[in-house]
Amino acid sequence: MKKFINDPEMVVVEELEGVALAHPDLVKVHFDPNYVVRADAPVQGKVGIISGGGSGHEPMHGGFVGYGMLDAACPGAVFTSPTPDQMLEATKAVDGGAGVLHIVKNYTGDIMNFEMAADLAKAEGMQVESVVIDDDVAVQDSLWTAGRRGVGSTVLAEKLCGAAAELGRSLSEVTDVCIKVKNMGRSMGMALTSCTVPHAGEPTFDLPEDEMEIGVGIHGEPGRARLPLKPADEIVEMLMEPIVSDLPYKAGDEVLLFVNSMGGTPLIELYIAYRKAYQICEQHGIKVVRNLIGSYITSLEMAGVSITLLKMDEDMLKLWDHPVLTPGLRWGK
Amino acid sequence: MSIYRDDTLEWITACADVLDENSHYLTKLDAAIGDGDHGINMDRGFNAVMLKIPEVADKDIGTIFKTVGMTLISTVGGAAGPLYGTFFLQAGMKSTGKMELNLEDWLLALESAVAGVVMRGKAELGDKTMVDALSPAVDSLKHSMDDHLSIGQAIQLSAEAAKQGMVDTIPWVARKGRASYLGERSAGHQDPGATSSYLILQAAADTWADS
Repeated sequence: MKKFINDPEMVVVEELEGVALAHPDLVKVHFDPNYVVRADAPVQGKVGIISGGGSGHEPMHGGFVGYGMLDAACPGAVFTSPTPDQMLEATKAVDGGAGVLHIVKNYTGDIMNFEMAADLAKAEGMQVESVVIDDDVAVQDSLWTAGRRGVGSTVLAEKLCGAAAELGRSLSEVTDVCIKVKNMGRSMGMALTSCTVPHAGEPTFDLPEDEMEIGVGIHGEPGRARLPLKPADEIVEMLMEPIVSDLPYKAGDEVLLFVNSMGGTPLIELYIAYRKAYQICEQHGIKVVRNLIGSYITSLEMAGVSITLLKMDEDMLKLWDHPVLTPGLRWGK
Repeated sequence: MSIYRDDTLEWITACADVLDENSHYLTKLDAAIGDGDHGINMDRGFNAVMLKIPEVADKDIGTIFKTVGMTLISTVGGAAGPLYGTFFLQAGMKSTGKMELNLEDWLLALESAVAGVVMRGKAELGDKTMVDALSPAVDSLKHSMDDHLSIGQAIQLSAEAAKQGMVDTIPWVARKGRASYLGERSAGHQDPGATSSYLILQAAADTWADS
């Protein structure tokens, strides 16, 4: 497997060095423990928002640090949860006196490390709330598993909560926004190819040329089924049906439609997917009022797409439209 | 006979060696039903432990175990970091101030360590996790206590119980951790966490055979 790297051991550190050099106006990078933090942190009187997770999903989370989104992000090794000392230091660095929200994706490692960090932060007298995002409808039997995985809705939660914090809302109000996204968002992804973790050097899973994995996770976890490859429109139908029927989304609902690349799928194909997903919403009478299309929560170089629907209300629209200025997402400022 | 402080240092070194030797093997097991990083992460953690250990090598066993735990928590990441970190922290708490451990001390330390793993990971026996190797090892030590075996014999038997527990995970469907997303597809694969747990306990048995 060919990779544009120097040394598998140095991938995360060298990436962070690049981020620091590229965006000094927006973020600072702290090493040992590693975290990306807003250049002007802590913002006094504002709720701090941090997230984190394994690396390999760029721009999530470090690319979403800045005005109107995250105050800090903790990157772990590739596909490996960061550690409590990173989260604790990041929490301290962003605490402007109004408390800190931890946005956590539902993976066993992330949950345990964030729990330990929150315990430590509370022991030091900080106010910390945590919301676990678990929007992946591909996971069935969630009672008998670690539960649904946290995927695309995480990006949307970070945007909406970031805006709520900028508007001066309290920790409990910002937490409520996050819970609303958790409750109103659903996602599902698929893979055309595997990805290769730099350190492992071999593809995470074998996927023959003429097959696809429907319901794949963002670390290459298996999904619902491995099927013969189909045309784009049929694939989008396979992703949309479980999403729409899960909440369920109904006629008259207003939604944000988020079509995401797993890293290797180009924008030209994402628009093909968006077109079909939009048409399916129309058929159900669901109104697409906002969208996001691009590579935002990736799985290294995996080819594939994920689709997220988030049911919007007036307040969420206002929060979505609020200016944002981060390396990975920016408008209106 | 007892396990002396230097024996525990030898055990930690043996853990680092065995995890280094088996890094690729653990990663392969993890790639089959998880995300393919368990061997890499454990190896990274114990490399950091080996750098840290000289600073506390003249301290009590509790301090040594707690240092191992804190180092794993801050270097391993994933689920294994908090779980193995908690394992050694709890064992350290039960060994505070001790310069040697008899069989009962080791049983109490291991029992507390495993209880910590259960509390942190919320896994039960049969979920196809570390607990399936660790828990039988504790039960075995209890029996050995009742049977008045030597430490060396007792720890060898507990490692064998862990091995059996590890092998028992093969046909099971995972209900915790990332492997649980596979559902039925996780059956037929040995659990990587149970495997690293066995390796750590077997390292103890090998190191302390004459205790």
